[in-house]
Amino acid sequence: MTASSDRRPFPIPDPATAPYWAAAREHRLSMTRCETCGEFHFYPRPICPHCGGARLAWADVSGNGTIYSFTVVQRPPSPAFTDMVPYVVAIVALDEGPHLMSNIVDCPAKQVRIGMRVRVTFLEIREGLSLPLFKVA
Amino acid sequence: MRRRAGIVGIGESRVGRVSGRSALQLQSDAVLAAVADAGIKFDDIDGLLTTPVRVEHWNMPSGVVANNLGIRPRFLSTVDLAGASGVAMVHQAVMAVESGQCDIALCVAGQNLLSHRSRDEAVKSMAESGSAHPQFEVPYGPVVPSLYALIAQRHMHEYGTTPAQLAEVAVTMRRHAGLNPNAHKRDPITIADVLGSRMISSPLHMLDCAIVSDGAAAAIVTTEDRVADMKRRPIFLLGQGYGLRHGHIGDYKQLTTTGAVDSGRDAFALAGVERTDIDVAEIYDCFTITVIVELEDLGFCAKGEGGRFVEGGRIGLGGALPVTTHGGLLSGGHPGLPGGFFHVIEGVRQLRGEAGERQVADAELALVHGNGGVASVHCTLILGNSRN
Repeated sequence: MTASSDRRPFPIPDPATAPYWAAAREHRLSMTRCETCGEFHFYPRPICPHCGGARLAWADVSGNGTIYSFTVVQRPPSPAFTDMVPYVVAIVALDEGPHLMSNIVDCPAKQVRIGMRVRVTFLEIREGLSLPLFKVA
Repeated sequence: MRRRAGIVGIGESRVGRVSGRSALQLQSDAVLAAVADAGIKFDDIDGLLTTPVRVEHWNMPSGVVANNLGIRPRFLSTVDLAGASGVAMVHQAVMAVESGQCDIALCVAGQNLLSHRSRDEAVKSMAESGSAHPQFEVPYGPVVPSLYALIAQRHMHEYGTTPAQLAEVAVTMRRHAGLNPNAHKRDPITIADVLGSRMISSPLHMLDCAIVSDGAAAAIVTTEDRVADMKRRPIFLLGQGYGLRHGHIGDYKQLTTTGAVDSGRDAFALAGVERTDIDVAEIYDCFTITVIVELEDLGFCAKGEGGRFVEGGRIGLGGALPVTTHGGLLSGGHPGLPGGFFHVIEGVRQLRGEAGERQVADAELALVHGNGGVASVHCTLILGNSRN
């Protein structure tokens, strides 16, 4: 799925997040996992927020989750999003534990509910940069 | 015996659309008012605390402000806890004075957020200023109201809170602003007006959101023994607390509970008072949901009861717990990051008995609460008009 006309602010990967975006480019959702306690966390941190462990490794998650909360945006932050209005900004609780923000796509905004099962999909917003989005499972 | 500090002077610039005044000019207006109010000599100020502004880049805000005022303080600090900065700044001024680092500390904050640029530009800059994570949130297009809307939606889901209950907060703040001659938005509104106002990011309507204003405030903190020759009786800081449970909203797993639990617990414990002792609560109100969640987290009602708590005029003047009596960020004025400082000014005014038409009768104890980020960082003060 690509959208060459997408004008949204694009993420600029840094050394701490580059593996996330590299995986997204290959349509994989990857997160840091603690080698001491085995728990995933997101956003990426240098120290495990669950146990304080510092041995972390990237591992893929299933991409399956549940809508924890959402909002339908009617007044976008900038003209880059105007064509998308109304759009859904949601927090997804992944089955592996971490929460992340995303858009819910391919579903009318008024049908979105907390508790809906969703699955990751990817949108290439520019050459070599894909954004994880979610659609109703 | 511990050297005790108190707040002995307060001042505000004009608040609202104040065209033709820079951030530093607005701050100077507030400083002159506070100095006159305290009855101190300007030259006696030997400590300066401020917050950052967003309309200009200041490489060292406290240095920029001191230089503009032409003072050479023995203590300088820039307090940056986003929206909680103004509240925390007063606590840190008390610390600076009580530790002997300075004798008369000036706290000042404010900016021309409204007239500096267009309102659209202010909205865009706030959305991309760090409240939303630049890589993991900004690309999904939340406005700042969206971030709080996620809290509101979850609160409605878990506890049955209604849009009308959210609206009740906005209506109350507007009523309070109507009694504040320096407030920005003073025309009364109804629950129907709030629910009928433009949807920004569901469930938050335009009137569920803070306004954008120009304005500055200042406060003077000094020692109790200096107060004898001053015009005003001091207002004392009896207890304070800080809390932070998350940075960004997207990865936080308990959206309806904030660090206000921790800041409130510590402030009440230090002050040695109970929730029922508080006469007036000046609570940060960037959005209507913020007030409901904070009332719960600060312990004024049980978790989930906030929606019902704000109904029926309970948080209005004359109610069981008057909240944010100057009209707050929703109606009184919101010059961005420094906006929460006005809640401290109002708390002092209430404890002095100088709040005019909006005075809470016999107010002796005020709680002031600031919130920064996305309900992320919290600072609670308990102020009293006697030292114990």
